[in-house]
Amino acid sequence: MNIKILGSGCSNCNNLEKITHQVVKELNISAEFSKESDFSKIASYGVMKTPALVINEKVVLTGRVPSKNELKEIISKYV
Amino acid sequence: MQKKLVVFLLPVLIFIYIFKENISDTLVYTLFRFPREGNLSDTIWFFINTTIKVFLLLLIVIFLVGIIRSFFSPEKTRKSLEGKPLLVGNIMASLLGIVTPFCSCSAIPLFLGFVESGIPLGVTFSFLIAAPLINEVAIIMLFQLFGWKIAVIYILSGLSISIISGWIIGKLKLEKWVADWVYNTHFGETQLVEETPDFYQRINFGLTAVKEIISKIWPYVILGIFIGALIHGYVPEDFMASLIKKTGWYSVPLSVLIGIPLYSCSAGAIPIASALIEKGVPLGTALAFMMSVIGISLPELVMLKKVLKIPLILTFIGILATGIIIVGYLFNFIL
Repeated sequence: MNIKILGSGCSNCNNLEKITHQVVKELNISAEFSKESDFSKIASYGVMKTPALVINEKVVLTGRVPSKNELKEIISKYV
Repeated sequence: MQKKLVVFLLPVLIFIYIFKENISDTLVYTLFRFPREGNLSDTIWFFINTTIKVFLLLLIVIFLVGIIRSFFSPEKTRKSLEGKPLLVGNIMASLLGIVTPFCSCSAIPLFLGFVESGIPLGVTFSFLIAAPLINEVAIIMLFQLFGWKIAVIYILSGLSISIISGWIIGKLKLEKWVADWVYNTHFGETQLVEETPDFYQRINFGLTAVKEIISKIWPYVILGIFIGALIHGYVPEDFMASLIKKTGWYSVPLSVLIGIPLYSCSAGAIPIASALIEKGVPLGTALAFMMSVIGISLPELVMLKKVLKIPLILTFIGILATGIIIVGYLFNFIL
């Protein structure tokens, strides 16, 4: 699984990154993480609200930091 | 669990809000045994009473606004602004700026998204001015410390400034001062189709908003109320009036200038301004100061430098500051 966090380094982007790492660990799946802070790249995903979460090149969440449980549900869909 | 908590908490909060004066009385005079008269008692009573009423209303209103915002999104706002002519677009963008979820860290992606779908620069600026300037925290604090009339005056002046400034920027045709890469950027199709949230999820949005906003602003609010209480208790009446008289006509632009770097503590500026008015600062000057603190954000301007060339940023600040100064003079003159 390929997980990408889109964001310019605001506190919410860091929070999203942190809990995504935690959830992936708890679900015990292998994932490759990357971060994208280049605005023109972020725009190419059609995202207007950061932070955003991209799994396997598909935007699954924008503009907020979800609860751990919600994030678990989202990520589980892509396992 | 959270749902029950909200149902239980809401009446408790409302109860405390109604009896805030009695609670402050009991705390200050009975529990801490301060004398009924005197500067120190006054200061402490003012601090406790203001803190209670401001925080309670913040909790309730931020929660409700969080729920209202769950009905809006930048994507929907962009769609409804597409193809709107200049003035209508400016008015709609300003109104939508109030209710659309917005954080200054998202200013660039939002700007790119708007420009890409052909929304004129002036309309985009109306949104970018109104979104931070007219926000629920500022409105609640104004309502609590100045009363509803001033809160309404603030909202209407803020809307006029964002509509007119955006309209002027649109008329000036400044597209040439947008960074070149912006127009070469391909803005992708919005892939994410979020399901319409149900009632329970909307409540969750409200709670998240409360958590996020309160955890960010509470130190500034308390500090602001504390300084305000000190001014209220210890600064002599008419002290500020004589100071303002000495600075003369340029006190309005001066207060706007002082307000620009104070962005991060905007929630704290309002109680201080309210106490200063008590000591003789004219309302228009205080209004201009608060608008400058709340509406002109230095970190946002630094961010915007990535998409705007310097002349456009300067024009933007210039027009916005001029608008705020005019509002300041206007209310000094008519009140």
